[in-house]
Amino acid sequence: MKLTVWTYEGPPHVGAMRVATAMRGLHYVLHAPQGDTYADLLFTMIERRDHRPPVTYTTFEGRDLGADTAGIFRDTCCAAYERFVPQAMIVGASCTAELIQDDPGGLAETMGLPIPVIPLELPSYQRKENFGTDETFFQIVKALAKPMPRSAEVSVNLIGPLALGFRHRDDIEEIKHLLAQMGIAVNVVAPFGATPEDIARLGAAHANILMYPEHAEAAARHLERVCDQPYTKTVPIGVGATHDFVNELAQICGVEPQIDTTRLRQPWWSKSVDSTYLTGKRVFLFGDATHVHAAARIARDEMGFEVVGLGCYNREFARPIRALAKEFGLEALISDDYLAVEQAIEEAAPEMILGTQMERHIGKRLGIPCAVISAPVHVQDFPARYSPQMGWEGANVIFDTWIHPLVMGLEEHLLTMFREDFEFHDDAGASHHGGKAVAPTAPTPEVHERAQDTGSDVMVWLACAEKELKKIPFFVRGKAKRNTEKFAAERGMSEISVDTLYEAKAHYAR
Amino acid sequence: MNTPAPIKAQSCADAPVLKERGQREVFCGLTGIIWLHRKMQDAFFLVVGSRTCAHLLQSAAGVMIFAEPRFGTAILEETDLAGMADANDELDREVARLLSRRPDIKQLFLVGSCPSEVIKLDLARAAERLTTAHAPHVRVLNYSGSGIETTFTQGEDACLAAMVPVLKDSQARELVLVGALPDVVEDQAITLLSEMGIGPIRVLPSSRAEGAPEIGENTVFACLQPFLGDTTAALERRGARRITAPFPFGEEGTTLWLRAIADEFGVDDATFARVTDAPRARARKAIENASAALRGKSVFFMPDSQLEIPLARFLTRECGMEAVEIGAPYIHRGLVGPDLALIPEGPRISEGQDVDVQLDRVRAARPDLTVCGLGLANPLEAEGLSTKWAIELVFTPVHFYEQAGDLAGLFSRPLRRRAILEQGAAR
Repeated sequence: MKLTVWTYEGPPHVGAMRVATAMRGLHYVLHAPQGDTYADLLFTMIERRDHRPPVTYTTFEGRDLGADTAGIFRDTCCAAYERFVPQAMIVGASCTAELIQDDPGGLAETMGLPIPVIPLELPSYQRKENFGTDETFFQIVKALAKPMPRSAEVSVNLIGPLALGFRHRDDIEEIKHLLAQMGIAVNVVAPFGATPEDIARLGAAHANILMYPEHAEAAARHLERVCDQPYTKTVPIGVGATHDFVNELAQICGVEPQIDTTRLRQPWWSKSVDSTYLTGKRVFLFGDATHVHAAARIARDEMGFEVVGLGCYNREFARPIRALAKEFGLEALISDDYLAVEQAIEEAAPEMILGTQMERHIGKRLGIPCAVISAPVHVQDFPARYSPQMGWEGANVIFDTWIHPLVMGLEEHLLTMFREDFEFHDDAGASHHGGKAVAPTAPTPEVHERAQDTGSDVMVWLACAEKELKKIPFFVRGKAKRNTEKFAAERGMSEISVDTLYEAKAHYAR
Repeated sequence: MNTPAPIKAQSCADAPVLKERGQREVFCGLTGIIWLHRKMQDAFFLVVGSRTCAHLLQSAAGVMIFAEPRFGTAILEETDLAGMADANDELDREVARLLSRRPDIKQLFLVGSCPSEVIKLDLARAAERLTTAHAPHVRVLNYSGSGIETTFTQGEDACLAAMVPVLKDSQARELVLVGALPDVVEDQAITLLSEMGIGPIRVLPSSRAEGAPEIGENTVFACLQPFLGDTTAALERRGARRITAPFPFGEEGTTLWLRAIADEFGVDDATFARVTDAPRARARKAIENASAALRGKSVFFMPDSQLEIPLARFLTRECGMEAVEIGAPYIHRGLVGPDLALIPEGPRISEGQDVDVQLDRVRAARPDLTVCGLGLANPLEAEGLSTKWAIELVFTPVHFYEQAGDLAGLFSRPLRRRAILEQGAAR
């Protein structure tokens, strides 16, 4: 038993729903009690889908448990087939139905439906949502995709994008742009928009582009084995990664790499003098492994940030993320415990968080700006505008998205100059974020000789030093406080004076 | 006073009920935790369940406003199920950890879920054991919010019903208002009744454990919500007596609800009029303004929050709408009977759900407004039908006079918005 407050991932059957909802002509019959239908609203509300997910729930009740829940499943399966006439069906159990062991797969098999019925085994008490997406897509591919003659022209499949994905819709378009440059055709995009008939055609492609390893790596490996299709290992998020991706793909497909960067603005935007203030910004990265991996490289190599912490919540990718952290001289945080993530961020005291919607809340609480780089998603992560993460336009979008939460270059100087100004003050936040101007909070009268808020048990900030600390603009104050305390601790000092503060400042100056 | 006598055979009281069974597009009772934990400020709700339960709470809550909310899920793992770990020991350990971190917690609810019920984890016994272990600081209670036993707002009913047996005895003649409402609305109700000279007034649930009402044979109570059947039964077992009335939605519902309580306490007509005339007039005016877009329009209620029947009464009698179908997850005639009797015959009354079949009826009727859950709203809008998400009716202050206009506004906004956008597109 494990106490959980907020979760990064849902149960594995929600992963199966994400695959089913992304596809067309596929129906999912889910053995589940009333209430599990809540998952429909993830798709219709967060993603604003205009159709219900293609999922039929058996909705068994307490009084059915002693009776014939298997019969309810069979009837539901029949009714769903007759009503929706899908090309193929997936069947499975949610967490409660798993306990009553009706074996939906076995039941559906005996029904003699005239379409492929694919059973899913998704252990709800061991695994989570991303296992569900990967396993479901793998089972569908395994059941339907067979070796077949290759297309005459060089073509690839785009695999991995699905429902409720972080910008998957737009990433597909961006990859198609890159492929068009190189004269490579798209055979099938799956699961996003694919029908079971399309899945059966996967084998005609010359290679697979594995867009999101957490959703389609098992399928990619299977297709490599069965259909002899190589797959790409680089995820093209960021300028460097996109260059690498194009070269990798060109090699796999035996074509010349063609690169057209006329729409790419990120490198110049990053070089331009206004971006100087980004130098060495301390950032903490947390999210799914794919996006964190890409973001770490962008943060360090393309934005000039300092990565002070990184990690992922999907344990399946713990090994590569640990290796990545090592490369950055860090210890990776592999956890799906929201409170542990919050604690790690608090300890690292970054100037910005690149995380998920969950970290946005952590950022709000700790007063640290946050940009979202990964699922789990929120309605805001489905903008009306074109907003990919991959490819050249993705690099542009990421530049804009990441700097938006920050106080901008010139404003930073103004804040320093007019730190006690009635408009420019700590509580006001970045001026381009709107919201009502807040009056500065009244300074607390100095009654104590020694300040109370120490941040450590033994170290004491003298009142004058604390007052000085408050003159430092809020977006760097955390860093200054942390550096000063570290500086003092290393020297065995128990009191922090104004001198200590400035000695530490000189010590850490760069 | 002007209590309209129910007109037999011409109201929905005797209408046949279409009972359906099939896929239900309705939340389970766990969802109630989202508003209950805000209302009861020293309570913690610990769901003993699966990752699905945790995900539901997070998704239904929509936004995560609180870094560390007063609810959580003890997620059952493979070891708990395989008998490798004693689930009770595990639960005791998690509860001890939770309570040591949260000394502000005075009431802990162990909330049963589908998986905990299927594996027959005895949470009642666990609650007794934990109450002894953590007495006197914390009282531990249990109820079921599982989807196999409860639907959406029934979770609140189960929670309040679990609190009733441990309420202290009292022989005082007191009025208890039952149901978790936003403070602003609760205060309005108390003010109106107090001004009639009725008191003392207690509420269940109270915002803090020490303010809990006391119960006995002289207690009379009135339900604020139409889904409190088990709580009603539990209070009646303690000897308390329920005041029967339509529910306080809209001007008419509020007046009838107040009048029934006033009659119980012997309030004369002049006093009643002095207290209610001004807010009644305000409510009528507000409804008139807000319901302009609703008059003559048809409405279809999908089953969701159990508020369907009282709200259909409000929309048909006070806002001039015509109900096509009024669907409710279940119909408790003892509670919603007075509302049902006020609705003129005509609409189909349905209980339970077979969602695809019901959606066929929606498409055939093409109502001007469909009240439904979040999973159905956008798909129906995409088919050209206007919808009102039902969950907002549970989260928004909609009871009593001062909110009557807001309540009408919740229904008229989707219609007004569609009209604005259609006009804009035509320009």
